[in-house]
Amino acid sequence: MLLIRCPYCEEERPELEFRNAGEAHIARPTDIASISDEDFEKFFFIRSNKKGLVFERWRHVHGCARFFNAVRDSVSDKFLLTYKAGEPKPDVSTLTAEGGPAAWANRPPDQLNEKPKSKRSTKGEA
Amino acid sequence: MAKIATAARNPAHAGKNVGGEGVALKVLEPASRMSLRARPDTIAALSKALGVTLPQKPKSSAAKAGRTALWLGPDEWLVIDEAGGDPVADCAGVKGLHSAVDVSHRNVAIAVTGPNAAATISSGCPQDLSLAAFPVGAASRTILGKVEIVVLRTGEDTFRVECWRSFSDYVWGFLSEAARDAG
Ligand SMILES: [Zn+2]
Repeated sequence: MLLIRCPYCEEERPELEFRNAGEAHIARPTDIASISDEDFEKFFFIRSNKKGLVFERWRHVHGCARFFNAVRDSVSDKFLLTYKAGEPKPDVSTLTAEGGPAAWANRPPDQLNEKPKSKRSTKGEA
Repeated sequence: MAKIATAARNPAHAGKNVGGEGVALKVLEPASRMSLRARPDTIAALSKALGVTLPQKPKSSAAKAGRTALWLGPDEWLVIDEAGGDPVADCAGVKGLHSAVDVSHRNVAIAVTGPNAAATISSGCPQDLSLAAFPVGAASRTILGKVEIVVLRTGEDTFRVECWRSFSDYVWGFLSEAARDAG
């Protein structure tokens, strides 16, 4: 099972407690009545749907119930970072994938909330 | 002659209990419960009114004189009063903006006790319930099978599982099966 770090609960929790809530950092137009149909369509329906690093909203729905944001690799399913709602979009160039998704499971409890020490130290561990 | 009718409230699953190998389940007595939402600036006043300090650390709880406050989220608590008090009435005099809703009869509480208590709950709960990760006093909203529950560890081998009344059939059945398997 994937473990996702909730920035409000300040620890990794099982994915079953979470729900995806779509793409993050989409600004709602300040005067939505005055924008054109084309602009509304872009705001409302069009999403980047990238392969690779994506910014997403998630909700810890069966936990603290808070929405937060996450940077996830849509290929490996790995979460690179989660941060509180309202915090600025992190700089992608400072983020690097650390290990595979399987490396985050099966860790003893005392290591569960530790950050990997070096960028590649957890690779291959499962 | 008019007859006087009296209505008695029959709590869901009242008096049920299951004893297995190393684990026992028991439906707990009805209690007063409150869903409390408040911003940081009101926490001190609410704590004073309730007589129990609202915990601000994730996955924690605080108890005093039969009243327990469980941290559910950064601005949300479940307050359980087993001493016959009325937490909503106690909050009524607090001036700061807050929401206090009586949910006493929304929930059913099940005590899971014994050396296999954690194993029994773990059969349907994905959280780590080891003492290292979930110590005595830890509390969390989470899931059991396909329903949402709130778990409070009241002792090394004792848990209080709170679920919504309409889910209580499912939770009771799930835990009963799990208790048999865990034994
Ligand atoms: Zn959370």
